[in-house]
Amino acid sequence: MISPADAAKAAGILFLAVIVQVSILDDVDILNGRPKLLLVTVVCVALLRGAIFGAVAGFIAGFIADTGTFTTLGFTSLLLTLAGYWTGRYGETTGRDRAHAPLLSVAVVTALYQFGALVLHFMLGEHAPARGVLLDGLVPTVVLNVLLTFPVYALLRRLLPPAEWGDRVREVRLLG
Amino acid sequence: MPRNRSVSAVPDATVSRARPQPFPSRNRSALRRRAIVGVLVLLSLILITVSFRSPATGAVHGIQTAGATVLRPFELGAERIAQPFRDVYGYFSGLVHAKRENARLRADLDRVRQQLIQNQNAQQDYSTLLGQLHYIDSPQFPRDYRPVNTRIIARAPSEFDQHVVIAAGSGNGITLDTPVVTQDGLVGRVTALSSNAAEVTLITDDESAVQARDLRSGAIGLVRHGQGQGQMILDRVGKESDVRSGDVIVTAGTQSKQYPSLFPRGIQIGQVVSVGQTDTAPYKAIQIQPYVNFASLDSVIALVTKKRIPVAP
Repeated sequence: MISPADAAKAAGILFLAVIVQVSILDDVDILNGRPKLLLVTVVCVALLRGAIFGAVAGFIAGFIADTGTFTTLGFTSLLLTLAGYWTGRYGETTGRDRAHAPLLSVAVVTALYQFGALVLHFMLGEHAPARGVLLDGLVPTVVLNVLLTFPVYALLRRLLPPAEWGDRVREVRLLG
Repeated sequence: MPRNRSVSAVPDATVSRARPQPFPSRNRSALRRRAIVGVLVLLSLILITVSFRSPATGAVHGIQTAGATVLRPFELGAERIAQPFRDVYGYFSGLVHAKRENARLRADLDRVRQQLIQNQNAQQDYSTLLGQLHYIDSPQFPRDYRPVNTRIIARAPSEFDQHVVIAAGSGNGITLDTPVVTQDGLVGRVTALSSNAAEVTLITDDESAVQARDLRSGAIGLVRHGQGQGQMILDRVGKESDVRSGDVIVTAGTQSKQYPSLFPRGIQIGQVVSVGQTDTAPYKAIQIQPYVNFASLDSVIALVTKKRIPVAP
C-alpha cells in the first residue's frame, strides 16, 4: 500500500525532475548523448515502489513534460508509463534485492525508450533520424543515464525507503 | 492464504479433494495492475491522437497552454540557476577553439571590411534611386520590425523535436508565425502561443521550409532540413543556377502570391558548404551550414512587425 507521504514525495521529486529536464538537460549534448533525468527518476521510483506506482508516476511525469514543452500530449506519457510499469514488475520479481537492478533497468529501459520514441515519431510521420539516435547517440545516452542513476537512486532510496517484506507484493504460488 | 483442501480422517472413507481454485488475491492484484496500465496506455493514445489531430486549437491545446503558464515560473527559475554553470562551460569550451577561430575571424574581417565599403557605396546608390522612383516597399528587416528579446525557458524533451519554448507570448505582441532570430541569423517561427510563452519551431524541423536566395547570384530555393542531424540543404535550385561554396544564403521574402513567405526578406540563414548535381536529379544538391548554433540557443529575438504586411489581392 502506498502511503500519501510517499506519493507526495514522489510527486515532488518527479516535478523537480521534469523542470530540470526541460529547462536544463534537454540542452546538454555530450558526445551525441543526452542525459534523461526524468526517465532515470521514473525507473528508480518504479523499482522502489512497484509497477502500478511506476506506471502512474510515468504517466503524470510525461504529461507534465509534454505540457511544458508544447510537444504532442501523451507522447512522453506513453513511453514513461510503459517504462515505469516494466521496471516496477522487474523490481517486484526478478530484480528484487539485486544490487545491479537499478543500473541494469536504466540501461535497458533507456535503449527501449529511445527505440520506442523513434518508432512513435516514425508512425506519427515526424522526423525520426534512426542513425543519429540508434548509432551515434544510443551508447552515450545509456552511459550518461547509468551515471545519473547512482546519485538519483541513492537519493530516492533515502526519500522512499524500500518497502518491508511484509508490505511487498505477495505472489507465491503454493503447490501441492 | 487458505488452501482449499479437505481431507476426511475416517478410514476407508472417500477422500475428497476439492477442485483447485485459482488464487483470488493474486488474480485480483494482477488484474488490477493490468487494468490500471491498460487505462493509462489508452489515455496516452487518446491524448496523442487528439493532440496530433489539432495541435494548435481545441481543449487539449487549452490544457497545454494552461500547463505551460503554470510551469513557466519554475522553468525560468531553473534556467536562471543553470545559467552561471552554462556560462562557465561555454567559456572553457570556447577557449579550446579560440586560437583557430581567431585566425579565421581575422581573415573574415579583412574580407568583410572590403565588402562593407562596396556595400556602403551600393546603399547610397540604392537610397538615391528609391527616392527618385518614389518606391513603395513591403516591411523591411530589421527597420520595420520591433524586436522582442526573450529567453528560452524549455526545450523539446528529445532529439526528435526541433522546437523550443520562449518566455514571451501574445501579451508581448507576438502572434502565430512571428519570425524568430538571433544576432547570428534565422531561428524559426512561432507555432503555438499562450499569453506569456510561445513555442518556436526551428528551421531545422522537418516540417519547416524557408524560401531563401543566394545573396551573390540571386538563385532562389527552399531551405529545409537535410538527412543528417543538424544538416540543412537549399532545395529546388535549378541546375542552371550559379551557386558556389561560401555563398551566403538569406531569406527571400515572398516570391509567390499563392504561398506568401512567413519570413521577412534579407535575414541571413547560413553559408553554402557544398554544391553538387547529378544527371538524374532535377535540382542541385546544395548543403548549407546554418549560422545559428541550434545546440546552444539561449536567448532569441522575436520580430514583431510594425508595418502591415501587404496581402496579394
